Amino acid sequence: MQKLSFWLQRVSQLLVVLLLVTFGVSLLIRIIPVDLATIVMPVADETQRAAFRASIGLDKGPIGYYLQWLGNFVHGDLGNIYYSGGTETVSGHLIKAMPRSLLLMSYTQIFALGVAIPLGVLSAYRAGRRADRVISNTLFIFSSIPGFAIGLILIIIVGTKFEWLPTLGYATFSEGIWEHFKHMIMPVLSLSLGLIAQYTRLLRADMIASLREDYVTMAMSKGLSDRRILWRHVFRPSSVTLFTSAALSMGGLIGGAIVIESIFATYGVGFEIFAAIGGRQYIMLQSCVAVIALFYVFFNLVVDIGSGFVDPRTRDRRANA
Amino acid sequence: MSSLLSVKNMTVNFDTPRGSLEAVRNVDIEIPAGTSVGIVGESGSGKTVMCRAAMGLLQGSTVSRTGTVVFDGHELTAMTKEQVRELFGSGMAMIFQDPLTALNPVRRIGVQLSEGLRIRLGMSKSDAMARSKELLELVRIPNAAAVLKSFPYQLSGGMRQRVMIAIAIACNPKLLFADEPTTALDVTVQAQILQLLRELREDLKMSMVLVTHDLGVVAGNTDYVAVMYAGEVVEYAPTAKLFADMRMPYTEALLNSIPRVDHKPGTALTVIAGRLPDPTNRPSGCGFAPRCKYVQEKCHKEHPNLKTDPDGHVYRCWFPIGEAL
Repeated sequence: MQKLSFWLQRVSQLLVVLLLVTFGVSLLIRIIPVDLATIVMPVADETQRAAFRASIGLDKGPIGYYLQWLGNFVHGDLGNIYYSGGTETVSGHLIKAMPRSLLLMSYTQIFALGVAIPLGVLSAYRAGRRADRVISNTLFIFSSIPGFAIGLILIIIVGTKFEWLPTLGYATFSEGIWEHFKHMIMPVLSLSLGLIAQYTRLLRADMIASLREDYVTMAMSKGLSDRRILWRHVFRPSSVTLFTSAALSMGGLIGGAIVIESIFATYGVGFEIFAAIGGRQYIMLQSCVAVIALFYVFFNLVVDIGSGFVDPRTRDRRANA
Repeated sequence: MSSLLSVKNMTVNFDTPRGSLEAVRNVDIEIPAGTSVGIVGESGSGKTVMCRAAMGLLQGSTVSRTGTVVFDGHELTAMTKEQVRELFGSGMAMIFQDPLTALNPVRRIGVQLSEGLRIRLGMSKSDAMARSKELLELVRIPNAAAVLKSFPYQLSGGMRQRVMIAIAIACNPKLLFADEPTTALDVTVQAQILQLLRELREDLKMSMVLVTHDLGVVAGNTDYVAVMYAGEVVEYAPTAKLFADMRMPYTEALLNSIPRVDHKPGTALTVIAGRLPDPTNRPSGCGFAPRCKYVQEKCHKEHPNLKTDPDGHVYRCWFPIGEAL
C-alpha cells in the first residue's frame, strides 16, 4: 500500500510540473508584443479580429486564456493553424508528424545505445590501454562536432557526391521498408554520434568504479570468465546513470531534433515547431511545447519505474519511504 | 607433510603516482594439507594482498607479482589466467571481509550462489538451485528457500557472511582463504561464524588460510600462524608454540595490545606506538625498529634475515625474545 502512495505522490508531482510548464508557456505567448489576430487576419476588420480573439480566449486575462486553452487541450483540441486560405488543426499536423519523430527518436536511441554499451564496457575493461584510448579520442572528436554539421557533411559526401542516400524527405513503411530506412540513416547518424560519445563516457566511468568493488573480486574467485563478470555482474549496477540519461534525452529528441528535421526535411514534430515559429503560429507553438513537456514527464516516470528494476534497493527504499 | 599451497619468494608491487609500492615482499609460506594457517598483522601489513596475489586475483596494469605459487601440484605462476580459473571453486575459494560489498547488490542470493555450481560443475539450473538451498541449510540459514530469492541488502550481517561462506564452499574447495571473515560482525556473531568454519573445515576436509588482525581469533582456530609486518612474514610457528614462546618483539607487542578482562577499568590500553613504515620508501634496517622496545643499533642499519630454530620456529629479528643480548 505504501508503494501505491509513492506512485500517487510521484504522478501528482509530475502533474504539477506539467501545469506549471504549460502555464509558463501560455504566459510567454501573452507577453509576446504582437497581436495574434493581426498576424492571422491581416486584411480583416476590427470586429472580425475581435471575434477571433474571443474565440481563442485572448480577450480574457492570462489565467482565463490559459484555462480555456487547457480545457481544449485535455479534450484533444490543440488549436488551429491559420493560413490566408483557411485553417488546419494542430492535432492533424501532429498526428502526421508524431510517428516520424517517434521513429526517428527510437532508431537514434537504439543505435546510440547499441554502439555505446559495447564501447563503454570495452573501454572500462581496457581502461588506460590502447583500445580505451582509441575509443575515447575518437568519441571526443564526434562529441565536439555539432549534429547539424555532421548532417551537412553527410549530405555533401554520402548524399550529393556518391548519391548513396536521399538527402531530403521521409518515406512511410508503405513506400517500402528499405526506402523508409534509406531516408532515416543520415538523420539518425547526425543525432546519435553525440549521444554515443555521451553514453559511452557515462558507462565507462560507472563501470570503472564498479570494477573496483569487492563483488568483482568475489566473482573472479568463483572462477567466472571476464566476459561473464563484465556483463552479468558489473554492467547492471553500473547502468543506472546511463539509462536515466538515455530516458531523459528521449523527451529532448522528440522536439529537440528541430535542426536535424529541418535539414533533412523529415517533417516531424521538430520541423512543425520550426514552422510554427517561422509562421508565427503561436497557438500551435504553445500546443507543441505542451506535447513535448508531456513526453518529458512521461519519460521521467519511465526512469522512476526503470531504476527500480535495475537496482532493487531503490524499490525497497520507496516502499519504506 | 606435503604442502597444499606453497608460496616462494613472492613480491607484489603496485605502481602508484608516488612511486612503486611494495605491498608484499619476498614472502615464503607453506600451507600443509589439512591444516588451518592464520595470517596475523595490523592493517596495511600486506595480509589481504598476499592472499589475493597467491590466488591471482589482483588485476590491472599497475600490479606486478614475482615469485612462484604452487597449489596442489599446479604451478599457478606459470599458468594462464584461464587455466588458473579452472582451479577456482573446487580448488581454491575465498571469503571476504565485508559481505555487504562482496555480494553483488543487484543480484539475488540464489543466482549468485548457483552461478559457480553451474559454471564450474556444469550443473543444470534447477539442480544448482536445489543444491544452493542445501548449501544455505549447511551454513545454518533458516528459511533457505526465502533467502534464495532475497537480495543481499535484505539480510543481516551475520546472514550475509553465512551466504558468502556458502558461495565459497559451494564447489567443495580444498583450500579456503578466509580474509577477515569476522571483522565486520558483532562479537556474538563472530563466535558463531568461527564455529561454523571450524565444523565445515572438518566435514569437508578443507585446508584454510585465516587472515585476521586478532590474535584471539587465531588462538582457537589455527594450527600454524604467520605474523606479517610491512609486507614481510616476520614470524611463523605452530600456533601453540607461538603463544607459548614467541620470539619476535612485534608479535609480543601485538599480543599485549589486546585489552584484557582482568585490567582495572580506566587502565590505559597498550598500543604499539608509531606507524607502519611508508611502503613506497622502506627503511634499510628492520621495519619494526622505530617502534620496538628492544631496539639496538644494528636494527636500524641492517635488515634482519629469517632465522629458523631447530624446532622449525621461524622469525625475522636480530635480537629475538628469550635470547641473551
